[in-house]
Amino acid sequence: MIDFLLYPLLAGLGVAAVAGPLGCFVVWRRMAYFGDTLAHSALLGVALGVLLNIDLGVAVTVICLVMALSLVAIEQRGVLALDTLLGILSHSALAAGLVVISLLSDVRVDLMSLLFGDLLSVLAADLWVIYSGAGVALVLLATLWKSLINITVEPELADVEGVNVARVRTALMIITALVIAIAMKIVGVLLITALLIIPAAAARRISATPESMAVIASFTAMLSVVSGLATSWFIDTPAGPSIVISATLLFCLSLGLKQKG
Amino acid sequence: MNNALVSMKSVCKSFTNKPILQNISMAINSGEITTIIGPNGAGKSTLIRLILGLVSPDQGVIEKSNHLTTGYMPQKVKIDPTFPISTLRFLQIANMSNEDCHNALELVGIPEVKKTPFHRLSGGEMQRALLARAILRQPNLLVLDEPVQSVDFNGQNELYGLISSLRSSLNCAIIMVSHDLHLVMSSTDHVICLNHHICCQGKPEQVRQDPAYLDIFGETALYNHQHNHKHNLQGKVLDVDGNNQHGEGCLHD
Repeated sequence: MIDFLLYPLLAGLGVAAVAGPLGCFVVWRRMAYFGDTLAHSALLGVALGVLLNIDLGVAVTVICLVMALSLVAIEQRGVLALDTLLGILSHSALAAGLVVISLLSDVRVDLMSLLFGDLLSVLAADLWVIYSGAGVALVLLATLWKSLINITVEPELADVEGVNVARVRTALMIITALVIAIAMKIVGVLLITALLIIPAAAARRISATPESMAVIASFTAMLSVVSGLATSWFIDTPAGPSIVISATLLFCLSLGLKQKG
Repeated sequence: MNNALVSMKSVCKSFTNKPILQNISMAINSGEITTIIGPNGAGKSTLIRLILGLVSPDQGVIEKSNHLTTGYMPQKVKIDPTFPISTLRFLQIANMSNEDCHNALELVGIPEVKKTPFHRLSGGEMQRALLARAILRQPNLLVLDEPVQSVDFNGQNELYGLISSLRSSLNCAIIMVSHDLHLVMSSTDHVICLNHHICCQGKPEQVRQDPAYLDIFGETALYNHQHNHKHNLQGKVLDVDGNNQHGEGCLHD
């Protein structure tokens, strides 16, 4: 019985740890819609993974990466406003994923668990994947921290000061794609962005430096996982949505605090 | 030229087939203050961005000295209020030393904003903080894109004074974009009058008499020569040195 809760708890905490700092960048750089687009395309990744019989985690990461890089390429042409472009890609990817999944008549895919997460079904093998993914993402974020902060403040200044802006930006997209791939199991494709931005937004009011905001966001996300999972256990609610609701409650509490910095 | 920090030869740049800069040849020599003037849309910012390496030329060559360290002051920096960063921390991105940052803030005249969140700085404080960050890299070339915008009239005078004093205290060359001919002419060595191509360039006195300059800035230039007074932003009459003239509407005691 302990395994039944321990694995989901560890999985959730692992994702929450990296969702904190990454979520801060999503908030600072106004990437929320971008995160949504990648998350929605993750569903297409699952469908293609099942279709081609390859590992779903790999398929999702690859699709998210392709999506992120093509977004960059299209954006530079400046044909449409970015939010319009993201809206088109995001919803087409979601729709395409749903269509492809419905066509896979011989495979049973649990759509609800893809859309809203299936934390309670986490196995020991999933833990390995989650912790190595989160570990890589955290190490990348820590290594690139100074450059990431610099390009977030002002990319042109960063460029003049010797930061390779394009490379750091691409790295941030790779990290985002990676985190979305591991977070899908926890909260599902529709709620991933919530796990990224709500803890970061809650952390903002009590943070005076970027670093403290990243750490506080991590702890807020972890607290949300613990209380969401507890809710799910005691009153039998779906785990992913319960985690998001917990995060939202913490955010509402933070509104009562005095703004720092 | 041996002591040129940056030199351009026949540089052209277009955006979406619209030529912005044509056949630009110029040099920035160490220790010299160069001012780029020209009407809106003349390509002044593009020229600055070429010098900084933020865009690359379609044609022509840009040569840079091996010893070039650039400090850049952009027109403005917009930081999202969700990003918690104090002014000190903003400066530390360029130079970690607390003492250097403090001295730079002291130099630009805003030591009191050290702990102020960057997004809460006023327009004038923001310009000074950006200048502080540019000089923290101990540059031998300072690149300033409209350094006095959103600074009030007295502040503009003060800031230009500060900028020209930086040349000797930092021992660096300065290139800046400016709209304000009156303030700039007195403290600059070299003026480039730009309108997609270089209309004329040289010492301020030479440029001022150049027909190409008079074509673009004719009215302002005449104004500068024939009148014995100036106006500030509110239209108040000032004497030639920029001081208030006493008369109706003077509010001071």
